[in-house]
Amino acid sequence: MTEFFQLLIAGLATGCVYGLVALGFVLIYKAAEVVNFAQGDMLMLGAFFALWFSTGLGLGFWVGLLCAVLLTAAIGWVIDAAIVRRVIGQPQFATVMLTIGIGMMLRTAVTMGFGPDTRTMASPFSSGMASIGGVPVSMTYLSIIGGTIVLCALLYVFFTSTRAGVAMQAASQNQLAAYVMGMPVKRLLSAVWALAAAVSTVAGVLIAPVSLIDPNMGNIALRALAAAVLGGFGSIPGALVGGAIVGIAELFASAFIEETLRDVVPHVILLTVLVLRPQGLFGAVGRKKV
Amino acid sequence: MRVLFKTNHLIDIRWFEDRSVAFWYALLAIALLGAPWVMSTYLVGEASLVLIWAIGGVGMMLLVGFTGQVSLGHAAFVGIGAYAHGFLLKIGMPMLLSLPLAGTIAAAVGIAVGVPALRMHGIYLAIASLSMAAIVEQVFVRWESVTGGFSGYAMPPPTMFGYSFDAAVPFYYLCLALAAALFAFAVNLLRAPTGRAWIAVRDSEIAAQSMGIAVARAKVSAFGISAFYCGIMGALFGHKVGFLTPESFSPLLSIQLLMLVLIGGLGSIHGAVFGALFIVLLPTGLAFARDWLPDWLANQPSLEVGLYGLLLAMFVLFEPAGINGWWQKIKYFFSIFPMYKRSTFVRQKAYMKTERLR
Repeated sequence: MTEFFQLLIAGLATGCVYGLVALGFVLIYKAAEVVNFAQGDMLMLGAFFALWFSTGLGLGFWVGLLCAVLLTAAIGWVIDAAIVRRVIGQPQFATVMLTIGIGMMLRTAVTMGFGPDTRTMASPFSSGMASIGGVPVSMTYLSIIGGTIVLCALLYVFFTSTRAGVAMQAASQNQLAAYVMGMPVKRLLSAVWALAAAVSTVAGVLIAPVSLIDPNMGNIALRALAAAVLGGFGSIPGALVGGAIVGIAELFASAFIEETLRDVVPHVILLTVLVLRPQGLFGAVGRKKV
Repeated sequence: MRVLFKTNHLIDIRWFEDRSVAFWYALLAIALLGAPWVMSTYLVGEASLVLIWAIGGVGMMLLVGFTGQVSLGHAAFVGIGAYAHGFLLKIGMPMLLSLPLAGTIAAAVGIAVGVPALRMHGIYLAIASLSMAAIVEQVFVRWESVTGGFSGYAMPPPTMFGYSFDAAVPFYYLCLALAAALFAFAVNLLRAPTGRAWIAVRDSEIAAQSMGIAVARAKVSAFGISAFYCGIMGALFGHKVGFLTPESFSPLLSIQLLMLVLIGGLGSIHGAVFGALFIVLLPTGLAFARDWLPDWLANQPSLEVGLYGLLLAMFVLFEPAGINGWWQKIKYFFSIFPMYKRSTFVRQKAYMKTERLR
């Protein structure tokens, strides 16, 4: 039972990170109808910036994290405003290839700038065990879950009760109507990219004690994609719930069935969802009808 | 400038536009047949590699360039083709049978994955194929009785009618014959209702469905046929490389296949050939470039990935018609010589094309 509970917490923690990355996918997809295949590389970039600011420049964890979030958000803004916007209206292929290309360039840039080594990042809550109802649980996992909850609460408040958040929702739901109402739709779309980049930076910093920081840590986005599809690509709570399910499922499968299943489970979940319930758990994307 | 005056509909589905086009193709065929006499063994090997890539490239072109569906997992079909072909050869099946069977197995897997993914709109196929490729890669590693696991196995040499195609020149002719047959098949499909349905689906799914085209069937058939082509490519690729390991069929191969069609030029069979040439020549070019670049840049191991990314982004942004687009522009420039205007090929302003219908 202890093992079960520990696995549940560990799975939930990784799932939270998947959920945050999936949230980035969903935000951008809802707003711009672009699936940003560079999302994982944005996470990697954010983690490297956080490491650089907090340790390399000695700003400390919190200031470093804030600087990294701002810098990555700025890069996300520029990626949209300067590059991706140019291909809006082109066939889907264009945005897919463009974001893949951007991701590859980010990865190369980071490898060139920071070196290909794997790093560790000191965080204020790492190490140590806590006890929940007599079950020892790693503080790292609890910090990930806690961080995700705090971030989601902030996002919820932002989207429901600030002017900018409501405007972003409106622009995501119907661009033309938002434009007619006098909203700066282009700027809002760029802001959504910046927000997604910021969220994935936080996700990268949260997962850093577990997965370590290296230029290929962006591959986590493939699992997050499964989470996004499971949640119904376009639903924000769906992305988080999907992330949690994928995280827990892959950990249980590797613990109770076979160790190596971990890499396959998210993909099996994704294909199963497409067969059984293509609109996902929270069904935000309808089937195309003519 | 020569204008083709169309007086009946059959002109539209001719094999060659007119006699001069047929003449140039005949010249090309003679050049390709005679090439091994003037090329070194190394170049003949490279030429067969180009042909192999071109076979896979045509398959991708049918899917991406003509049906408008994106797949990020075609490396899996190349791998399935290679392993299936190798396995069938090892259990003693003649190559004449195992080659098409390898393609068919790849196509069957493709259809099995494609059917659920294609019920949803565009982007889901890309995501589903990505997942499928990840699963298939694990299967290659795990299914040791067939694939030999991580260590892989040596591909049996290509033998047909008791004649070995193992040497460079016979293998080149084998690739050439297969490429010619598969190219002809692709061109023929595009003249036929199947290909016209694909193009209609690419241009507007709604319009296609309104005209009575079974959209789902068109997409699935395109996916299956492109998987078939990639399976054949894999079988030949296995012979060319001589040794099969799961790493040969990594996600990078899928990206390279996509690059091939994008850089070659979407929506043209010629583009597949240009793209194949590009993909084969790029590593050689990069090796030369490393000598010229400053040391800090030349010694970067990730330079290749970054360059791929840069090329992808540049072609999407500035030349979506790819190398074939350059070719068309040059041809057009000379055919209307003094009248060429800069604005002739300027892209129309595109507006947000939405896939949500609510």
